[in-house]
Amino acid sequence: MTTPTVADTWTARVADRIAHLVPPGQALPDRQPAYVASWIYVFGVTTLAGLAVVLVTGSVLAVGGATWWHVSSFGHFVNSAHLWSTEVFMGSMVIHLWGKFWMAAWRGNRALTWITGVLAFVASIGAAFTGYLSQTNLDSQWISTQAKDGLNSIGVGAYFNVLNPGQMLMWHIVLMPFFIGVITVMHIVLVRRHGVVPPIDAEEGVR
Amino acid sequence: MAPSSILAVVDVATGHYLHWGVIQISLTNLIVIVVMVVVFVLALLLPFPGGHDDGGDQ
Repeated sequence: MTTPTVADTWTARVADRIAHLVPPGQALPDRQPAYVASWIYVFGVTTLAGLAVVLVTGSVLAVGGATWWHVSSFGHFVNSAHLWSTEVFMGSMVIHLWGKFWMAAWRGNRALTWITGVLAFVASIGAAFTGYLSQTNLDSQWISTQAKDGLNSIGVGAYFNVLNPGQMLMWHIVLMPFFIGVITVMHIVLVRRHGVVPPIDAEEGVR
Repeated sequence: MAPSSILAVVDVATGHYLHWGVIQISLTNLIVIVVMVVVFVLALLLPFPGGHDDGGDQ
């Protein structure tokens, strides 16, 4: 029986994999290619900033509970901050999407970066939708009854019920944030791994 | 929940909707979309402060 070396352990393999996720010096770079000096490259970061505020304000709302914002002025303020940070998050993500679409950002072996961005966008729509359903007011009741017909028409109503506020709240504060968090980390790692996509008329690798 | 609080919850202002043939959109959503398009165009046109070629030595 041979004694396993350190490199044979799964922890060593995982550590090595993490260490080589991005090229050396690219995890938190302090310099970027000249073409990144444009406002259109800002919206990925503003999306992340919006997401951070969404998570913080959502965590505060979780302390008070789903109906807290109806009966507390501070809860109302936090709920409004949750809404407007979501507006910044979704708006920035859409502008980020427009910019990346028109610069064909899937070029240069960046297909998986594009796909993870699409998944993040779709998941964010789901998170925003379940957020609408978690307002505990007539608005959420109206939206859920309108949505159930559309969702049932494509068959997915067999797997979840948008009229179940407890289920939708759990999706909104557990499942959707978890999925968005994981896919966002993957997206950022891929961006750092392959670098920011250059403009179409710029030569790849010229920085 | 106090009755006054319940009334506050129920008393949600109805939105303003625009109709154009088969298209119906709330004024709020239209404003948000227009603002996004304007910000997108400005992001393409406005110069980035401090933007310069960093020597290409990365």
